Amino acid sequence: MAIRDETRMLLESMGRLFEDHCTKQVADAAETGVFPQTLWDAVAETGVPLAALPESAGGADAEWSDLYAALRVAARFSAPIPLAETMLAGWAAAACGLEVSDGPMTVGPVRASDRLSLTRDGNGWRLSGIASRLPYASFASRAVLIVDGPDGEMAVSLDGTGGAEVAKGKNIANEARDTLTFADIRLPADQAAPVAGGVSRAALYRRGALARATMMSGALEKAMDLAVTYAQERVQFGRPISKFQAVQQNLAVLAGQTAAAVAAANLGIEALGHPDPEREAFLIGVAKTRVGEAATLACEIAHQVHGAIGFTKEYALQLSTRRLWSWREEFGGDPEWAAHVGAYTCRNGADAFWPMLTAD
Amino acid sequence: MATPTFRFDPVEMPPEARELRKEVRAFIKEHEHLMGFSKGEYNRDFSRAMGKKGWIGMTWPKQYGGHERSSFERYVVIEEMLVAGAPLSAHYTSDRQSGPNILRFGTEEQKNYFIPRMAAGELAFCIGMSEPNSGSDLAGTRTRAVKVDGGYKINGSKLWTSNAHRADYAILFCKMAGDGKEEPDRHAGATQFLLDLKTPGIEIRPVINLLGEHHFNEIFLTDVFVPDNRLLGKEGNGWNQVTSELSFERSAPDRFLVLFQMLREMIRMAGPNPDKATAAALGKLIAQLATLRSMSVSIAGMLQEGINPNNESAVVKDLGTRYEQDIPVVARQLFPTEPELEAIDLYTSMIARSTMNAPRFSIQGGTREILRGIIARGLGLR
Repeated sequence: MAIRDETRMLLESMGRLFEDHCTKQVADAAETGVFPQTLWDAVAETGVPLAALPESAGGADAEWSDLYAALRVAARFSAPIPLAETMLAGWAAAACGLEVSDGPMTVGPVRASDRLSLTRDGNGWRLSGIASRLPYASFASRAVLIVDGPDGEMAVSLDGTGGAEVAKGKNIANEARDTLTFADIRLPADQAAPVAGGVSRAALYRRGALARATMMSGALEKAMDLAVTYAQERVQFGRPISKFQAVQQNLAVLAGQTAAAVAAANLGIEALGHPDPEREAFLIGVAKTRVGEAATLACEIAHQVHGAIGFTKEYALQLSTRRLWSWREEFGGDPEWAAHVGAYTCRNGADAFWPMLTAD
Repeated sequence: MATPTFRFDPVEMPPEARELRKEVRAFIKEHEHLMGFSKGEYNRDFSRAMGKKGWIGMTWPKQYGGHERSSFERYVVIEEMLVAGAPLSAHYTSDRQSGPNILRFGTEEQKNYFIPRMAAGELAFCIGMSEPNSGSDLAGTRTRAVKVDGGYKINGSKLWTSNAHRADYAILFCKMAGDGKEEPDRHAGATQFLLDLKTPGIEIRPVINLLGEHHFNEIFLTDVFVPDNRLLGKEGNGWNQVTSELSFERSAPDRFLVLFQMLREMIRMAGPNPDKATAAALGKLIAQLATLRSMSVSIAGMLQEGINPNNESAVVKDLGTRYEQDIPVVARQLFPTEPELEAIDLYTSMIARSTMNAPRFSIQGGTREILRGIIARGLGLR
């Protein structure tokens, strides 16, 4: 699977777009609670947020591998927008025949323990339960949720937050993570439908975990770039600190962890849409586990190399590392996914382990 | 971004590699009595059997007895053999580095003489690089060659030479004797020779390792005569050649599959329904292994395309040895036991062997510090 020319062009144009529209000023401003509308509009204009949808639904039938690669680029620039969430919300809503919007959307539940239930009410529905820490929910034009219906899982596509009580929250990168409480909220009939087209709560959780793993690999690339560049510029004891072996050895570890994170995320991306959902979950679990491990080690080194300046709000490193520390825990942290990977392997048995790794 | 990054593009194994895997697994089953855990067994008969199957020198030119198969097919054979614990030691050095080195720098006569015999599993090589005072610092070699009539006379010694006591040839790294003045270029005069280990003047003494096993040797060379036609490459080009040879050495998957059977045994011991902490500890190792394997397959893809994976190989070896050194550490936390090398219980002997072998992983084929230096150079820091 060499990288296709179209993919390369898409990623280069996304890179240029973020270079222009996603400056540190934009990222800083977003942390005060102002949605970066200009940035979002520029991204929306490319069609990337809804590109996975079929052409009939206003999409471009794009490959998920390309869209995940675009998420990696967005994360290199710490883009404070719900790009992954809008992609996933569009996928889930369109597959279930529900309305999508070209504005920013959120998607959930993002926590395995959340309970949301839908009951019939005449022609329409009533929605109860809690969706915790939905990314950017208070800025979302629609919220797409997978809930428990009377006859199994259903998808709902709410206008805005659909009348929920909104408790604003944020992660440590000051990205909005808002909790929605639905107290028997009435929904019109056309806002809910049984899940279809491979959409399920588990599938959404997997794709969300993979989105975070992929974004983390991009944030790691950025942190590494900053650390390597800084080490070559910063002079102490009469020479750039990159000339000291102790610093070189640390940067080599950082580069190795970053390379491993990108490779692990790619393993998950390749597994997307695998006919066996357990296999998909295994490889996405591998991705989130390995990227999480890399993030922990790499953040420590990137900061160590930077010294005090990396610990300031003024310097950009923290835009990447605070996101890494946040995303590491979202859609399941690496310990949770590692347990999933281990349990799946053990369930299959020791003798199936090697054939499972080689897929032969 | 300004910083160079190491690329591990995802690649998919071609169909012929998948077909071959079945054949390799059947062969391993036939030879099950020879498979074992992490012992690096030396078995000339097995090497000849591998040669008959066409599984040594798989990517080498047919003209010299190779098989012109893809890097992916070679990768499949090697990883299956490593996972099974096959006795590869008698031919693995030839297959991995000595053969490619001769193909790259050797004369027509050398290629015609050595390569077919290596591919048949008949000719065993060992690596004559390290010395008592020249380990990581290979350029500090003190072994010296002097030009004499019809060849070279060599004096010096080599250390840590695995399997020298049972190999046929060594690729010897040394320097041409200078005029006694300090050379400004530390790599000047470096030269490689194809050294027949039965040549008079060679004495090989065992160096027993901490497991009590004999793999290492010390080689003493006293006025050893090597004919002109056994000079490898050019006089003075040895540094370039040895760097290339080390890059072949590091690109192989044997840097993270040595303890595979132990991880598999830990999965067996955990049973089908492990508690969450056990599952997570195993899952972390499994995620590391799956990632390393995909990076390593990606390197096979680079080799197939003729790209030199020098930096990427250093990254995989550094990460791979860390992972393998973690296995006995995790094992003793999950399933404590008092290690005993000759224990009847398989796991108890595995934990003994892996604990004692672990320090070696980040020393052989370039220490961890040397590898990280290579990576740092790749980042443009040196």
